Amino acid sequence: MIDFFKKIFKPEGSSTTARERLRLVLLSDHLSLAPDVVESLKLDLIAVISKYVEVDEAACDVTFERQDSAIAMLANIPILAMKTRPPSPPPAPSAPPPAPEPPPSFGTPATAKVAEEPAAAKPPSAPRRKRRRRRPAVAASLGSAAPAPG
Amino acid sequence: MHDVQPEPIAAAIPKPRGRAIVITSGKGGVGKTTTTANIGAALARTGASVVLVDADVGLRNLDIVMGLEARVRHHVLDVLESRASLDDALVTDKRVSSLRLLAAAQTREKDDVDTQAMHDLVNTLRERFDYVLIDCPAGIEMGFQNAIVGADEAIVVCTPEVSAVRDADRVVGLLGNREKIWLVVNRLRPALVRKGKMLSVDDVNAILRLPLLGVIADEPGVIVSTNKGEPLALDDANPTGAAYRAIAGRIAGTDTSAPVIPTEPSAMQRLGAFFGGSAR
Amino acid sequence: MSARRIVLTSGKGGVGKTTTTANLGAALAKRGHRVVLVDADIGLRNLDLVLGVEKRIVFDLVEVVEGRCQLRQALIKDKRFETLAILPAAQTRDKTAVSEIQFAKVIEELAETCDYVLIDCPAGIEHGFRNAIAGAAEAIVVTTPEVSAIRDADRVIGKLRERGLPFQLVVNRIRPEMVRTGDMLSIDDVREILGGEVLGIVPDDEEIIDTTNRGEPVVLTPDSRLAVIYEKIARRLEGEAVPLTVLSAPGFLSRLFGQRKAG
Repeated sequence: MIDFFKKIFKPEGSSTTARERLRLVLLSDHLSLAPDVVESLKLDLIAVISKYVEVDEAACDVTFERQDSAIAMLANIPILAMKTRPPSPPPAPSAPPPAPEPPPSFGTPATAKVAEEPAAAKPPSAPRRKRRRRRPAVAASLGSAAPAPG
Repeated sequence: MHDVQPEPIAAAIPKPRGRAIVITSGKGGVGKTTTTANIGAALARTGASVVLVDADVGLRNLDIVMGLEARVRHHVLDVLESRASLDDALVTDKRVSSLRLLAAAQTREKDDVDTQAMHDLVNTLRERFDYVLIDCPAGIEMGFQNAIVGADEAIVVCTPEVSAVRDADRVVGLLGNREKIWLVVNRLRPALVRKGKMLSVDDVNAILRLPLLGVIADEPGVIVSTNKGEPLALDDANPTGAAYRAIAGRIAGTDTSAPVIPTEPSAMQRLGAFFGGSAR
Repeated sequence: MSARRIVLTSGKGGVGKTTTTANLGAALAKRGHRVVLVDADIGLRNLDLVLGVEKRIVFDLVEVVEGRCQLRQALIKDKRFETLAILPAAQTRDKTAVSEIQFAKVIEELAETCDYVLIDCPAGIEHGFRNAIAGAAEAIVVTTPEVSAIRDADRVIGKLRERGLPFQLVVNRIRPEMVRTGDMLSIDDVREILGGEVLGIVPDDEEIIDTTNRGEPVVLTPDSRLAVIYEKIARRLEGEAVPLTVLSAPGFLSRLFGQRKAG
């Protein structure tokens, strides 16, 4: 029913396709990564988070945002439920698998800011939107809903 | 003892080299990329092997017009600088298997491309493909020079507007001697021509004096096709697509008809378009 | 006080930089400001043509830079607007004829004598672009609601940010009826994707073709909706908070008989 109204008030024409394609292309342009690498990055990110919590994959959204001269990647990953049995801690890291050969010349390098977020202490009662932002080594608990920048 | 004459080796019959055609204009935004994409698609649909080369380093758009942007992994500079093989860089079209795209680098500059290396690349491509279509960037600097090198033929795309004609004229001068230089007039608005508010095809060609390859009327469907990344030449129901297919036929020599100059649509046609909507 | 030095750029060619430079310049001059328009597209000059002054060119930007004439000798005073002048580009050279420093110096000199210097940037992001922005303190990014144009505008915006140049957007050639049917990106889409403030929205209008043919800025045409729009853009540039024009799609009858109503 909602979809029906959506179609009335916001026609789904080729402009929707254009918007989506532009988003991917610009993300790829900004990160200087080939589009399929960007896709893999998104999927890997979702897969990693899925190990700890159940996510609504269809509603996952990964975008980018310019912050001055840096680029931050923003992931919006709706959580459906906590996993009843969280995975055991990973073994000590050995040599990482070889990354796919990256295309040349990075423009403005994306500042890779990675945050380690501990698993939540209590399960949420309703699906919650979790915004995961890459930040310099600041541990943020899942409970605090960090506001989006800008 | 007499000399034994060696058996003559049968001379290998050389495979005819593919044709290298640059699509250029001088003025930006007149439809070079759209024209390259559509002519390429139309030629490939007839079974010819076609490679589209995007020479617009830093501002690439041929990939997105073709709807292949998600498949690009390597680009021309990767190949020229030996970071990737040609086969790695060539993207196969989603719809027509004999059509390939060689994308431009996005985060580099046109000055980064070595002209001789570009020439060699075009020659290599001609060994492998029936048609090498090179999408030239706007301007007349390094990007333009690199795009035209190695191309025996050229298609000048021009809209019926004073600035475009002036720029095209400059470009024709800079192209110098080529085997063939054609004209494609793009975005004609027949109603405006009739009212005397737009240059006619004859007006344009009175200045450029080139053999006319085709005339494309202005059509909102092109915007939709770029939104979707689906060249109109692949749409059998679309008249602009048909115009591009005829152009391809003239290039290939299979279509000997003279280009049709679009005329003003009748009131009934306009009515039909109104109820059919602008979307195609 | 020194003039505002604004570069009009886009990345993509053919989206309306020159048209916007000419018409915005004319609108500002009409409002009494002293305006100089500079054509930075060496080799493919068109600002002169769009303003109808092509027959009056005696000297050009390159000759000024090479010291073969004084700056004031190269400036063409517009006959319709007292306070409007144009500095044309050279036609038989190319963009490498002038360096960034040389270009910036010319702009600085001009800025002492007027209120606005508008620099018409060539397409691309190479030498010509770098020259054009070297002279500027702010930018107007002109784009259309089409995929290629937006992608190129994004690239240009990246370059502007690198240089710390603030920018605003002018979205050109919008077709409200196509936006309504979902066949064209909307202003909100463009704003969301590119960021930045929208200085103006200009609808696709056949009038521009005709006025360009005649070398007449559209602000001279009486009852022209485009003239009204460019004047509003000028006022916004001055700092006035003018609401954006709401563009409606043409009605049934006007579509049938091929007329365009003012939005």
